[in-house]
Amino acid sequence: MYRYDRTDQQLIDERVKQYRGQIARHLAGELSEDELRPLRLQNGLYIQRHGPMLRIAIPYGMLASAQLRKLAEISRRYDRAVGHFTTRQNMQLNWPQFEETPEILAELASVEMHAVQTSGNCVRNITTDHFAGVAPDELEDPRPYCELLRQWSTFHPEFAFLPRKFKIAVNAAATDRAVIRAHDIGLDLVSDERGETGFRVFVGGGLGRTPILGKPIRDFLPRRHLLSYLDAILRLYNRYGRRDNMYKARIKILVQALGAEEFARQVEAEWAQLRDGETTVTDAEFARLADHFAPPAWLTLPAEEPAHAARLHTDKAFANWVRRCVHAHRTPGYAAVTLSLKAPGVNPGDITEQQMIAVADLADRFSFGELRVSHEQNVVLADVEQRDLYDVWQIARSHRLATANIGLLTDMICCPGGDLCALANARSLPIAAAVHDRFDNLDYLYDIGDISLNISGCMNSCGHHHVANIGILGVDKNNEEWYQITVGGQQGNAAAIGKVIGPSFYAQEVPEVIEALITVYLEQRTASERFIDTWQRLGVEPFKARAYAGRDRRRTAKVEPTEREVVNA
Amino acid sequence: MPRIIRNEQIVDDNWQVLTLAEGETPASVALPAEPVLLPLSVWLARRDEVVAAHRQLGVWLDSDQGPEELADDIDRLAVIGVNFPKFTDGRSYSTARLLRERYRYTGEIRALGDVLQDQLFYMRRCGIDAFALRADKDIEQALAGLRTFSDSYQAAVDQPQPFFRRRGAQEAA
Repeated sequence: MYRYDRTDQQLIDERVKQYRGQIARHLAGELSEDELRPLRLQNGLYIQRHGPMLRIAIPYGMLASAQLRKLAEISRRYDRAVGHFTTRQNMQLNWPQFEETPEILAELASVEMHAVQTSGNCVRNITTDHFAGVAPDELEDPRPYCELLRQWSTFHPEFAFLPRKFKIAVNAAATDRAVIRAHDIGLDLVSDERGETGFRVFVGGGLGRTPILGKPIRDFLPRRHLLSYLDAILRLYNRYGRRDNMYKARIKILVQALGAEEFARQVEAEWAQLRDGETTVTDAEFARLADHFAPPAWLTLPAEEPAHAARLHTDKAFANWVRRCVHAHRTPGYAAVTLSLKAPGVNPGDITEQQMIAVADLADRFSFGELRVSHEQNVVLADVEQRDLYDVWQIARSHRLATANIGLLTDMICCPGGDLCALANARSLPIAAAVHDRFDNLDYLYDIGDISLNISGCMNSCGHHHVANIGILGVDKNNEEWYQITVGGQQGNAAAIGKVIGPSFYAQEVPEVIEALITVYLEQRTASERFIDTWQRLGVEPFKARAYAGRDRRRTAKVEPTEREVVNA
Repeated sequence: MPRIIRNEQIVDDNWQVLTLAEGETPASVALPAEPVLLPLSVWLARRDEVVAAHRQLGVWLDSDQGPEELADDIDRLAVIGVNFPKFTDGRSYSTARLLRERYRYTGEIRALGDVLQDQLFYMRRCGIDAFALRADKDIEQALAGLRTFSDSYQAAVDQPQPFFRRRGAQEAA
């Protein structure tokens, strides 16, 4: 993975010093709360429902074991010994002390980490495929490009005060696992007929209040032009994006207003002035970055380990785990392993200090000392030998990291919601817990099969509910929590935004409604259909009819989502 | 006399910034004695009159006004102001860069408005070389804001080479 050189480290150290000074000036009354807010947000510090929340950057989800140990130590010393992984592959600490945040950033800097631009109206953490570098369907490792973008976006002087936040994701595989079309810019790695690497560029995607999939504005951008082209997009957005209404300030609104074609034309016109300058990326830089992500020293192993095959026959629980949590690897004899952070009774994406240490140990012992955070809020060991899987499973199981539910109904993406987040209209964690309670039988979950269920506590859509097969959105009406349900969203190459099935539900109705939707699927599916396939074949009506059957229509009156002031979002 | 930061020094400065009060129009507003930074609207309405009367010319652009508006006048302006109505309004960063990099403006670019210590580094990188700090802030203390970082990844006005083009040399040194 990427290691800092002297300058990389120096910049992060200087950032800590800058932030320390800002907090000191604030505490001395020289920097008002309004003046501090955008500064602290660009260092990941929110002021939340119960106090501060610190969002730590994990660039494109990559972590070394030593970094995870440091996160464990920080969570113990400065928080409640638990961290929460987010859909931007970051980690949030929910209970730090405001005055201690400079110390936390200094601790992070000691292991080449930071909280730079994890919030605020700037370019946020770059995200990508959590199987980068090992996926069999990958064209090229996307991480060197992610690191290039990390450096380009870090302290970019022109784009630190954009109209709104700005998210970029990179996909380099045949199957998009980074939801690139739900991003302000989505980059799809492709090669042209001469074998040159470049990107198909999507712009204007995003979830939130107005979910839209990104539109392609360029079919092939040679990789050397990546930064100047992004400069052109960002400059247009910085100059012409709306600043009068924060709900209309994302780039998607600008792209919509101009039309994708006209937006693309303006980008090309601006880029014509910028291209071929010093920002053109050199082959030497691509080579330097690629060296940082050179494959580890994989052994030459048989594709099928006989002992492993035997275990699969004799141990059903292990076989179930392998089926859901072990993924194909490009190298024979290796596998990628997802450690589920979606055990029953646990907030989705939460990881305790002890679990962090356990995962770091697993990474050291079985996966070259590295791991990844997925945007689905799980942890991935990318390079496990097949013959070690049984040991990994047993150790993971002893730390409650081996729930065999990846890609199943209970592998929910879920934001912290109203229990912790000041923006939320409703709680999301109790809904996740209720879903776990209702669907606690693994055999039933396996029968339901591949499905995604995501939960957001407000329209900001941190829980990615729009791109879930079943999405749950918390809304507020007269200080009551209601839940709006969407169906038909999905990630991947056929990314789609789910459709609202009708009026919202009370919290206690939600598990029943989900079960009703599932029942329609189980009754109507053909042998090969997943939930989403049946939905697409049948349309909304049978699902809607079952979901509302026998419900009091007055109680489920249409709720117009209202929102609290989204000062911090 | 008011003080500003110019070329990393605190200096006395007697430029006035003209703003149109309610009811005043570009055509009718009284022109103060020079040196004065005029709103773009006044400049566009009364360019000939101003050029005849003033030796030193200055115009300021609000954050929703682009450098394109001054394309024909660039060479005769001694000072161009770029306004930050709120420090979170980042449009003038692009304006400043365009003035330098596209219109090759070599005179003074002065940050006006909600100009604070913590933004000076980025402003300087974008080609702003004079800073009329918000009046209630300590200008001596703010000077430190110009030197927050010892290097930068991106190309900008202050450093036309992105760091990746310099990294090898730096590490070897």
